[in-house]
Amino acid sequence: MLKKNWPVVALIALLVAGLVAPLATGASAVGFYVEVLLGGLMAGVLYSLVALGFVLIFKASGVFNFAQGAMVLFAALAVARMAEVMPWWLAAALAVVIMVILAWLIERLVLRPLVNQEAIALLMATLGVTYFLDGFGQTVWGSDIYEINLGIAKEPVMILDRLFQGGILVNKEDFVAAIAAAALVAGLALFFQKTPTGRALRAVADDHQAAQSIGIPLNRIWVIVWSVAGVVALVAGVIWGAKLGVQFSISQVALKALPVVILGGFTSVPGAIIGGLIIGVGEKMAEVFLGPVLVKAFDLAGGGIENWFAYMLALLFLLVRPEGLFGEKHIDRV
Amino acid sequence: MQHARKIGEPILTVEGVSLAFGGVRALQNVSFDVREHEIRAIIGPNGAGKSSMLNVINGVYHPQDGKITFAGKVRQHVDPHEAAARGIARTFQSLALFKGMSVLDNIMTGRNLKMRANLLLQALRIGPALREEIEHRAAVERIIDFLEIQAYRKTPVGRLPYGLQKRVDLARALALEPRVLLLDEPMAGMNVEEKQDMCRFILDVNDQFGTTIVLIEHDMSVVMDISDRVVVLDYGRKIADGTPDAVRNDQAVIDAYLGVSH
Repeated sequence: MLKKNWPVVALIALLVAGLVAPLATGASAVGFYVEVLLGGLMAGVLYSLVALGFVLIFKASGVFNFAQGAMVLFAALAVARMAEVMPWWLAAALAVVIMVILAWLIERLVLRPLVNQEAIALLMATLGVTYFLDGFGQTVWGSDIYEINLGIAKEPVMILDRLFQGGILVNKEDFVAAIAAAALVAGLALFFQKTPTGRALRAVADDHQAAQSIGIPLNRIWVIVWSVAGVVALVAGVIWGAKLGVQFSISQVALKALPVVILGGFTSVPGAIIGGLIIGVGEKMAEVFLGPVLVKAFDLAGGGIENWFAYMLALLFLLVRPEGLFGEKHIDRV
Repeated sequence: MQHARKIGEPILTVEGVSLAFGGVRALQNVSFDVREHEIRAIIGPNGAGKSSMLNVINGVYHPQDGKITFAGKVRQHVDPHEAAARGIARTFQSLALFKGMSVLDNIMTGRNLKMRANLLLQALRIGPALREEIEHRAAVERIIDFLEIQAYRKTPVGRLPYGLQKRVDLARALALEPRVLLLDEPMAGMNVEEKQDMCRFILDVNDQFGTTIVLIEHDMSVVMDISDRVVVLDYGRKIADGTPDAVRNDQAVIDAYLGVSH
């Protein structure tokens, strides 16, 4: 077992080594290290959220939904603009309705006509949806940078300053957001495990034909899954929007979920969650601690590791474990 | 338990059904009926169109020609989930269970159609949703007892031996409380003991629940003992229809199974 999986084990060992190295070598103070770790986890929760949207749709309808990032941007724009004339929570509630209608439209106009088509046709269709949403969102809501103000203080708070020298700086808004996102993920997991509708969703994910033959209508399940993915995108969009401002780049940041699902496995909900956390922590650690080392060793300009680290890691995983950490192994009959 | 078996009027009538995939004619002008509470077998050599026939009844395929009457109503275009809602359940030849889910969850999915509580109530597990869940769980427990799979409730079905998986497939179909149960080669790939068990369960289902059963089978001997009437297909055409004894001695059937030079 270990012998066969040695590249995976080696890769994970390398990651763990990288994680503890700054502390073990004394390159970083404990307080600062924990700050970076927390920052990474918070970003990671957001990646997990978007990745969860990918995984849900992929499991239930076999579609790789490239539009997940665009859905995040679209939802964030909707909330930001509507919040200008109403309280943000009301805007968010209305945006939920919009995302459900969007899910219904996508099922009607895109998925249903393309049922039983090749996966590549469906992927192209979601690419189309991506550009439509990017453009349409700007047509309706405008293309400036907008703010979402959740009414939570943004200035960092010092905690645990008795425990470590210098304490730990955390941003209260980030903290609330991370907890909200984690609660959403946990709630969804419970929903899928414990309710009849969740059971139906899992049934469809396992076997379309059998699910239909026991009376589960695929179309309804698709609408539910795309709605859930829309709501997940909305939450991610609101959190990101509050942090970075609502702008076009959100749609790109959301694509970080791609390496996350490669790492965690396309069909695994726990994989999406853990993958998101690994990528979130990994890229922050790499940026802060590996960056300076590389700069010194090779006399580089430095910086920017955060942009490619996730993709590099995904590539390595594709080489040693293409199905991801928790994905189903594909064995094809010849 | 009450003896429910009393063969009644036709519940399902197939008239002049033809189905083609491109140039391949899977079914040509096939007609037969299924009476309420009977066990009706469709047999035939490989490629005779048995599975196609089952898929037509189940709504997976839509015939180009012909008429299907179910429970007194002529059916138009019907999809599998609609067929299920109207009382037609099925099992699969190559197992189509939800592998990642437990035996219990697999069978519970069969009750989904009967659940009425809305999403929000389900999510909160309150009031009607909780009552419903308990009620359906009780029904599923009865089926589990009936098929003698009590010991495997929480086992993921993917880990069960083949014969037991077939039983879970049957249990899931029974959970729908169907009027007509379609069984696609229920004994394929089983050893003798498992085949005997399955025969017993099929007879018990028919006897105790009064469920009408349509089963297709490739192996003639098994079917002859448990069926009331048998349809024989060959190359998409019906070549015989009648009691097992009549069919067994039919020259066309013997030729189809043994092969003759035309």
